[in-house]
Order: sequence, then structure tokens, then C-alpha cells
Amino acid sequence: MTEFEPIIGLEVHAELQTRSKMFCGCAVVDSVSATANTRVCEICTGMPGTLPVINRRAVEFAIRVALALHCEIAETSIFARKNYFYPDLPKGFQISQYELPLAVNGWMMITTNGEEKRIAIRRVHLEEDTGKLTHRQTNSLIDYNRSGVPLLEIVSEPDLRSIDEVRAYAIALRSLLRFLEVSSADMEKGVIRFEANISVRPQGAEILGTRTEIKNLNSLRAMAQAISYEIDRQSRLLANGQEVRQETLGWDEGLKVTVPQRGKEEAHDYRYFPEPDLPPLHLERSWIEEIRAKLPELARAKRQRYVDELKLNPYTADVLTNEKDIADYFEATVAAAPDLPAQQIGHWIGGPLFSLLNDAGIKIRETLISVEQLSELIGLVELGKISNSSAKAVLTEMFASGAGASQIIEAQGLEILADSAIIDGHIEKVLVEFPDQVQQYLLGKEPIFEWLFGQVMRATSGRSDPQRLRQALARQLRALDKRQPPA
Amino acid sequence: MTALIDLSLHEAAQALRAGETSARELTLACIARMEEVDGHVHAFLAQTPDLALEHADRADKMLAEARKGENESLSNLVGIPVAIKDVLTIRGVPTTCGSKILEGYRPPYTATSVQRLIDSGAVILGKTNTDEFAMGSSTENSAYGVTHNPWDLARVPGGSSGGSAAAVAARMCFAALGTDTGGSVRQPAAFCGITGLKPSYGRVSRYGLIAYGSSLDTVGIHAHSAAEMAVLYTTMAGHDELDSTSMPGAVEEIQLQDGDLRGIRVGVPKEYFIDGIQPAVEAAVREALNVLGDLGCELQEISLPHTNLALPVYYIIAPAEASANLARYDGIRFGPRKNGDDLWDTYLKTRGELFGPEVKRRIMLGTYALSSGYYDAYYAQAQKVRTLIKQDFERAFERVDLIASPVTPTTAFPIGAHEDDPLAMYLEDVFTLPANLAGVPGLAFPVGFDDSGLPIGMQITGPHLGEAILFRVTHAYQKATDWHNKEALL
Repeated sequence: MTEFEPIIGLEVHAELQTRSKMFCGCAVVDSVSATANTRVCEICTGMPGTLPVINRRAVEFAIRVALALHCEIAETSIFARKNYFYPDLPKGFQISQYELPLAVNGWMMITTNGEEKRIAIRRVHLEEDTGKLTHRQTNSLIDYNRSGVPLLEIVSEPDLRSIDEVRAYAIALRSLLRFLEVSSADMEKGVIRFEANISVRPQGAEILGTRTEIKNLNSLRAMAQAISYEIDRQSRLLANGQEVRQETLGWDEGLKVTVPQRGKEEAHDYRYFPEPDLPPLHLERSWIEEIRAKLPELARAKRQRYVDELKLNPYTADVLTNEKDIADYFEATVAAAPDLPAQQIGHWIGGPLFSLLNDAGIKIRETLISVEQLSELIGLVELGKISNSSAKAVLTEMFASGAGASQIIEAQGLEILADSAIIDGHIEKVLVEFPDQVQQYLLGKEPIFEWLFGQVMRATSGRSDPQRLRQALARQLRALDKRQPPA
Repeated sequence: MTALIDLSLHEAAQALRAGETSARELTLACIARMEEVDGHVHAFLAQTPDLALEHADRADKMLAEARKGENESLSNLVGIPVAIKDVLTIRGVPTTCGSKILEGYRPPYTATSVQRLIDSGAVILGKTNTDEFAMGSSTENSAYGVTHNPWDLARVPGGSSGGSAAAVAARMCFAALGTDTGGSVRQPAAFCGITGLKPSYGRVSRYGLIAYGSSLDTVGIHAHSAAEMAVLYTTMAGHDELDSTSMPGAVEEIQLQDGDLRGIRVGVPKEYFIDGIQPAVEAAVREALNVLGDLGCELQEISLPHTNLALPVYYIIAPAEASANLARYDGIRFGPRKNGDDLWDTYLKTRGELFGPEVKRRIMLGTYALSSGYYDAYYAQAQKVRTLIKQDFERAFERVDLIASPVTPTTAFPIGAHEDDPLAMYLEDVFTLPANLAGVPGLAFPVGFDDSGLPIGMQITGPHLGEAILFRVTHAYQKATDWHNKEALL
């Protein structure tokens, strides 16, 4: 059977977390938790006679993203009206950008299976979000809190060739939006939403096949399933000598199939024309440069710096830079404890703390452990005041209760035993308790040493300083050896 | 003493200041006049006597304070009753745009232009009739009945701001706000024998002006004289942060004292004196030009070569913008709803039954002009020609300071005359449309009467933001003549 190659492009819509909406002063709120229709005014509900005013902050956020995506930013861009009827669209048109968008021709690097690939970005533009409809048995409810929230549309070129690449692109874009602090990029809450363009062609072919568009993909999983279903469907059609119809599809989450959207919704002629209520948006070069100068370090650059400068291993660097909040926490800890080795801090956050977070299913910003508390704990390990294994137990306790390391160590008596006299006492008791094993060791069974070491360690609840214990045990066994009568 | 309603705005302001009358008394006089004549004229769609008296009492307080010397810089608008065209919003006051689709709608906010009048002490008497969504030139397209011309009740007052013009002409109020997208303030001013201003695009905020053609819409003024209009204009003009198309920067001061117009160059465009123009109209306008000449103006013939393209360009751009602007009337959030079998059926029924025929005609025209495959041939092409028309004016204003012409080819026509001929109605605006397309200010003022005793108007047009010279020239003309003081006998 012919092998088919998928050609995929993604269109991403991201709500920008500005304080106010795109064209009015209403607050941008979490549209999942806020009481419906409490953040609305005459402008975002499309009352007759109202006019839009561009939110400067939203433009700044959009420029930040466009710069991070290496786009060319248009010094003059224009807003346009996209006309269609739907109850969630109060004006009967959406203010968007069509000809002359804010930015074009960018790119973003993705990594799949260790391979780097550059994905071209066609355009980045600003628009306004619609309200939210809830369909019920006999009627539908509309919440206009979301109406007019700034929305950034990021359109890639059809450069993606596999589900892995799609996933990598989506995750990289989400990370970028978060590192730029312009969007929570929360998929479950619909803060970012995806649409995919898909076509397939025989492996090695030059000409592109007919493409379909899948709308409203609201999770990474749904997107992967829908695209993979669509690739199979198209490949089978072509393999059977049939044709792919150019159409807009939806994803049926229950049946796990793509379904054509009904004619009325598909047959849109949006009749775009320049928004007469908004003059062209002129951007000062100097302002763009100011924004560029203030761009934060992004995940890829951070990862590189952690490896090159902080000498972290690549795996830990990955874990720390996957989420902006984790990277922030790491850097705050490094800043709070300049004397501690960054590798150790990286190890404790990327290892034990990360596991605790995962097991509890919470985000790092929700942890009770402050960066000061964490650096105190790592400091105690570094000073040899507490063993590694005890430190893990202490961290678990800190994670659960929010108490400080010293407090827990003291309460649980976990401080390392460094008093040689006490250690010697425990060794003497063990040697008396297990004369047979001592005898075997003295007769040359070397591995018995480790067993005896373990017994003493257990007797001290693991608190003995291993170095001191090792030395003292060897010393006492040597002394016994000298007292042995010759066989 | 002259009846209160016959005073000029300045005389009324003087009488209020002097304590010879009160704002309450003045307002009650206007309300009485409305009761007396509006049954015949039908200028008002909503009268707001309670709101008016509330404003009047507030004005009387301001006047009392001023007399005690506590408020020296009192506006001449304090206590002056004015009317507002029903396409401008006032919080809580029914606003219909002359359409069934907004029946019962009360906006939650007040238009910036109206708010500025209220803040300066004006008294709002009510909302005036209009062609539905300001689409028309006779007020016959109102869903709530036609307004009658106070000079001849069998004739139209012009439109779309016919209600405002008739209310001022019938002395039910001292001044009124209209809106002008293609001539809707100037043409009714001419038909009703009053003075009307369409300011430059961007000079008066459009916030709260219910949009018809957004790139052409302006808030205009009706009064008996340029001097009266200047009081409202200076109150309203200037930047509004709620309207991104409003011009930043200071507004040029209006100087009215100078009666000497020496050195002012007046261009007379040959394209505006066309076949089919009513002879009495041309004669009166020529005579008015002579008066301007006597006052010192230098007259010269000029050419605005793309004038004949203004009408077709307007009837692509305005309907295109309207087709989007009127999409919000879907029965979902406000206004009456006609429930259908499903969402689409509800849309069709609501819009199909509640919009009038002219509105539907323009929505369809505009939708067509923007449709895929037609956009370049119509909308994009119209925008290019619009630029040429704008350049006509820019070139002309390199040579002259203002342009004078008739406002309309004819005087007021009988009600029903153009009923079956929308094109004939469109031609009403042939002299006024170009100023909207170019964004420049136009002022219409009375310059005589035809044989039937119907008023004739002249229009002067200035460069963008050149309102000051229009006021100055009109004021000088009105000091030299008394056409503007002639009253409809009602």
C-alpha cells in the first residue's frame, strides 16, 4: 500500500490576559468561574451607538509574541470586520485583522525525538473573543463576560508532518505564551484553542492534496486523536482511489470521528472590510524596540543557559524549563542561596520536589515550601548536617505541613550523628551481638563489613555520618584482629 | 414682550441670566408649544417632560448661583431647551432610530455629544423623528409616521433629521441635534428654512450616534442662526477618548463679531448648477452669492470634476458599512424578537418583519457590494473614487477658502412624491453627499423662498476642521439679511 505523508498546519487562538478587554474597559476574568454577564458594558454587548477603542496593552502583548516568534512587525496594520450572525457575537461582526495583520513571516523551533525543526509562522494578528454559549435542552444561555477579550491568532505554515510534531509545536507555543506572561494558555479552560488544516499526499509527491479543516479542538489529546483520525481517513480515501472533499470538520469527542459541519455554518462569506471605527494602527519603531529589549528569556534559551552556565545535566534542565513557574522557582531558589551549587538546587527541584508535586497533582505555585525553606534544607545536606535519605523524608514532611527543615529535623531527631564516642558505643554493641559474623569477617570474608556497617547504621536510625562510621568500624575490627590468637 | 418661544437662543440666555424668566418657565413654554403644534407636525417620537423639568430645575440652580457671583463662566446653553434626533442615545430614554426593530429599547448610556450639552446646562425636551436608521431624505421612512414641514404641512421636512429641523422651525425648541451621513442635517435645514451644520468628520464625537455609515456619520446641529449653532458646536466639539476617529487637539475658536468678509475667496463649483435645478433655487443662491460679494468675498468659478461620481460611490460605501452596522439587530439582546422555529428562522423573522423596505434595500446593496467576488469591483473601487473626490476638495481649497452651492436642487416636495422612486429620492442628496465623502464641514442657511413660499437654502463647505470660517461667513450674511428670521406660520 502507498505510504501517505500528512501535511499539517495549526491555527492557534490564545486569549491575552490583559487587565481590560480588547476594545472596552471591562475586566478580563476567568470565564469558567466568574458569574455570567457581570463583566460587560454597552461596548462588549454591542449596544447600538458604541465604538471600539484599542487596548494598548493587548497590542504590546501581541508584539511580544510576534517578536518571540521572529516575525516581521507591520508598522501599519488595520482592523477589519468579519461578518457573520451568531448569538455569541453581539455586533454581528467580529473585529479582527485580515489584510495587513500585525505581524507576518516568523518561525519557532520544535524538538521531536531529539531532532530540531523550524516551523514557519505565517501571521499573528489581534481580534476579539466571542461570548460563550451554553446549550440546554430547550434553550441556550449566553455569557458575554468573554465577549471582547483580546484574542491572538497565530497561524503556522503547513510545516508539521506528524502527530509528534503537532504536539511539540502546541506545547512549545503554550510554553512561549506562558514565558512571555501574556496568557495562562490553559487549554482546559479554553484560553487557548486549536484548529488544524490537514492534507495527505503519497510519500515523495510534490503536489499538495486537498485539505480539510478541523475546528474547536480543545485539548492536546483531542487534537492528536482528531488529526490522526483525519490522516487515516484521507489516506484510506486516496488509497481507494477516492477524493478528499475540501470541507470544515468538527471533532466528535464521544464517537472519536471527524464530522462535516452543517452547510449553513460552513458556507460563510465573511465579507471582510476595514473597520471604519478604528484608524489604522501605527506602531512606533522605538516602542517595538523597547518591547524587544524587555523580552524575557524563553524556555529554550533558559535550558541552554542552565546546561552551559549552571552546569545542570540536560535532563534536569528540561524538567526545570518545561514550565515557567518551575523555572521561576528554581531561579528564585538560586538567587536566595547564592552559596549553594545550582546543580544541587536543580536536582532537588527537578527530582524529589517534582515527584511530590506530581504525586499530589498540584502546581509548583501551590506548594507550601518557600524558596528560603528549600534552600535551608539543601544547605543542611551540603553541610553534612543531615543525610540524603533523611533529607528526602524531611522534604516530604515540609511539603505536607509547610514546616521548616530545622524544625522537622529537631522534632524527629534526624540530625546526623557525628559524635565519635556515640558511634563507637553502637559499634561495640553490634560486634558483641554478632560474634559469628565478626569471626567470619576476621577469617577473610570481606563483604561482611558492609553487613556490619548496615547493622550499626540501623541501630542509629540511619543518622550516623557514614564516613565516620566506616572509619570507626574498620578501626575496631582491626583492633579485634590483633587480639585474635593465631589459628 | 415677545413670547418666550420666539426669543433667539441668545435672547433667552440673556433673559435667564437677568432673571426675567426661569429655565422651568422656558421649558414649560416649549412643552406647551409642543402640545399646541406637534399634533400637526409630528416632529417628536418621544417627549421627555419629566427629564426636561429636572434639567430645567438644575439650570435654575446654576443661574441662581451665577447671579450670586459664584459661577461667572456660565454657558449660554444653561436652561435652553433642545431636542435630540432619535438616533442619538440618552440613558433610559426610548431610542428607536425610527425603526420597529428598536421599539421599546432604552439605552444604558448617553451619547457623548448629548452628555456635553447636558453637562453645560441644556434642557433635553425629547427625541425627534427620523427616517429609519437615518436612511432617507424626507422622514417618510420612519416606522412611526411622517413629519410634516411647518411651512406647508402637506410637504416633507426633508430628512433624515426631519424631526429636528421641523421642531426648530416650528419653535418647539431653540436648537436640535441631528445627524448627517449624506446631507441629513443640511437638506432638512434648507427645506425648513433654518440653519444647519454638518461638522468635519472627527470633530464631534460619534459615541452614542447609532451608526448608519460609520465613515460618513456626523453629529450635526439645527438652529435659526449660525450664532446659535456656535453655542452648541463649541460645547460639543473636541476629542473624545471613546471615539477613536475623533480628532485630538484644540478646537479653533469661533469668532462672530467681524462683519467684514474682505479677502475671503469663495469658489462656485460649476458642476453644482445643473439642469433640473429649480430656477427659484438657482436664482436665490446667485443672489446670496451677490450678498457675499457685497460683504467683501471674492467669487470665482471652480471645478470639482468628480462630483457626478459622489452619488454612486456613496450608495456603495454607506450601505456596505450599514450592512455590518445593522447586523446587531437580531432580537437576541434588545428590541422585540419574532420567534421562529430555530435560530436562523428567528433571525429571518425578526429582521424580515421589523426592518422597513429602505433599510432592507440598503442592507442588501451593502451585503452584495462586500460579497466575495464583488468586493474589488464595488467596495474597493468606491474607496478609490472616494479618494479622488477628497482630492477634488483638497485641490479646490488650495485656491479658495470655502465653496458655495445650493443645498438641494429643489425646495420641499409633497409627501409621497418620491414614494415609488427611490432613485429620485437619492438625487435629493446630490449636492450634500460629497462633503461627507470628503469629511469636510458643510453649513446650510436660508437665502430666500420660492413662489410657493417654501424656503431655499445655500450650502457653504470648508476645508477639514475649517468650521470657523463657515460660522464667520454665515454670521456676516445673517447680519446683512433676515431670511433666517422668517417664521413658518403655524
